[in-house]
Amino acid sequence: MASNHRALRFLTAGSVDDGKSTLIGRLLYDSQAILADQIDALERRAAGAPIDLSLLTDGLEAEREQGITIDVAFRYFATRSRKFIIADAPGHEQYTRNMVTAAAGSDAAVVLVDVTKLEWRARPVALLPQTRRHALLAQLLRVPSIVFAINKLDAVDDPGSAFAAVREALEAFAAEAGIEATAIVPVSALRGDNVTRSLDVPWYGGPSLLQVLEGLPAALERRDGLLALPVQYVARPHDGTGHASRVFWGRIAQGAVKAGDPVQVFPSNERATVVEVRRAGGTVDGSVAGESVGLVLDRQLDVSRGDWIAAPDTLRATQRFCATLAWLDNESATIGRKYLLRHGNRWVQGRIASIEHVLDIHTLVPGDAHQLATNEIGRVTIELQQPLPLQRYADNRVGGALIVVDPASHRTSGALLVEQAT
Amino acid sequence: MNARTSIEQLLPSLDQTHLDHLEEEAIFILREVAATFERPALLFSGGKDSCVVLRLAEKAFKQRNAQGHYEGKLPFPLLHVDTGHNFPEVIAFRDRRVAEMGERLVVGHLDDSIARGTVRLAHELESRNGHQTVALLEAIEEHRFDALIGGARRDEEKARAKERIFSHRDGFGQWQPKEQRPELWTLFNTRHRPGEHFRAFPISNWTELDVWLYIARENIPLPGLYYAHAREVIRRKGLLVPVTDVTPPQAGEAVETATVRFRTVGDMTCTCPVESVAANAVDVVAETLTVTVSERGATRMDDRTSDASMERRKKEGYF
Repeated sequence: MASNHRALRFLTAGSVDDGKSTLIGRLLYDSQAILADQIDALERRAAGAPIDLSLLTDGLEAEREQGITIDVAFRYFATRSRKFIIADAPGHEQYTRNMVTAAAGSDAAVVLVDVTKLEWRARPVALLPQTRRHALLAQLLRVPSIVFAINKLDAVDDPGSAFAAVREALEAFAAEAGIEATAIVPVSALRGDNVTRSLDVPWYGGPSLLQVLEGLPAALERRDGLLALPVQYVARPHDGTGHASRVFWGRIAQGAVKAGDPVQVFPSNERATVVEVRRAGGTVDGSVAGESVGLVLDRQLDVSRGDWIAAPDTLRATQRFCATLAWLDNESATIGRKYLLRHGNRWVQGRIASIEHVLDIHTLVPGDAHQLATNEIGRVTIELQQPLPLQRYADNRVGGALIVVDPASHRTSGALLVEQAT
Repeated sequence: MNARTSIEQLLPSLDQTHLDHLEEEAIFILREVAATFERPALLFSGGKDSCVVLRLAEKAFKQRNAQGHYEGKLPFPLLHVDTGHNFPEVIAFRDRRVAEMGERLVVGHLDDSIARGTVRLAHELESRNGHQTVALLEAIEEHRFDALIGGARRDEEKARAKERIFSHRDGFGQWQPKEQRPELWTLFNTRHRPGEHFRAFPISNWTELDVWLYIARENIPLPGLYYAHAREVIRRKGLLVPVTDVTPPQAGEAVETATVRFRTVGDMTCTCPVESVAANAVDVVAETLTVTVSERGATRMDDRTSDASMERRKKEGYF
């Protein structure tokens, strides 16, 4: 199975009036993903004025009435070389939780910068706090590629100088923050300049936004080396011999597996050898991270959903760890309270033992705090009731991510990115 | 919303490897449902999206033998809400497929709900689409289903763009837009109280084009209505209304025979075909690449009423 040909999922970060919805509408419109009747509806709404492309992406009634977008919406479009999924999240700090949701599982972030909101002739150019916040959030959440799109250059009288000045400010900010900016592109979402069609101007000879997106790598976990497979589903098929050999299905989190490999089960620590590797459709020689497989072992072992099958002596069980916690619930996080945590396919109980710091919502500078309120992000220590084979999120997103669920409301209250096992 | 690029550009060098990934994702979700719910069911109407989901379920749970057939049984039954107004060809197809596969099919009949009085029609020929909800919820309650697998996709309609892959429904089967749980990575939160249930949408990220490419690639059998055939229709307000017992011609209307195919199939009182000569899935792919009207816009008379109609129906527990 080809590795880099799955759809590229990217999030778009920006405020309501930065032109983010227009940019998305433009991407969809230019790649001809909008169909005629939807255009008709837009024209009727516009009643003679130019079409408002941002309306293509507003969904729920409540939002339409308020004229803003809340929640994460998924849009699809494709070019000749690639399929794309846009995770569209609102930019206001009130909706940080939506950006966190959009970022989890995204391969890239497109951070929109509205040049008309900046004093670009000043030296130095001051970026808006929200631009810094979006970029820092994307970095904190380890989105693999961060692209800056400087928008509305059609509305300034010296776009070349404006672009150069803002780009310089972004580069300085990125250097200071330790962010690797994959690209900085000028666009006019309204006029369609440099979104899908290249710009023909003396002051910019680089790729269009779409060209940048087409070239980005899809995030992949390590495919070489040591196996780690979280067991998702245990099947008991009959193989015609009268024996029902169990098959342990799951998506490989890391590494590779083939028949003959020795493995060890977590948490029982039992050892066995892989006899057969199955994929939907039949037996295969081997499989790698990102693919779902069914393993047949040479021994009858008690393995359930939530267990892990891995290379021997590699998984380390942890019961206490340090993590970045993004709080998504309306009710603040309570230290010491029992929450339900999901890691891989296992649910365990856990609690927040302490809060090391909370990031300022505007600057993302760490500060002391004794609670984590909605939309806040902090560094915490978690204690688990049972040990888990955790990894750092930076090393593996399956081994390093957890969600926090409130046992009373069943709401998804938080997202944890493991920084280190203590 | 679908990508529309010309046939010459796409078909010769059509790279379908992204379909492998979509397939893998769907199979992963199906196994997740089987592993985390006690009494799931797969919504199967005979429509193309549910046929795709059914094939994906076979791949997820069955073994393929030397002849290429899938052996074994699915770990859950199939469920269909029969409005009583389905195209007979589709019902026949549904029953044939179920018999061939040897699976268990549970049918909730809207006519039973009407007889019970839980559904009341304004008049005999009123569209039954909006009333499916009640029959669906009654079937859920009767069989205590805690998860329903459906073939809905996010690109079908604006109200679905924000739908989760695992969508929580409350004790009344209702979808609360402001109560939907954030979905992060594949750490699905399927915790719920007795009486609540989930909807799972394994092909959420598939577009209409992806569905047809997959049907073509896998040779998935579909009801004949999806391919070009001759049918008596009436041209009404830019749509081709099929002549059926429940949609007879009105006074002064001319009936003509046209070569058409259905892009979606649903209640006969509100589903229209489009003119087409596409005789098989590959032809449909070619036509889809140049289509200019979205799937729901062309064919669902009820969707024309308002943008927000789907959202309202979702809130009522429709899908």
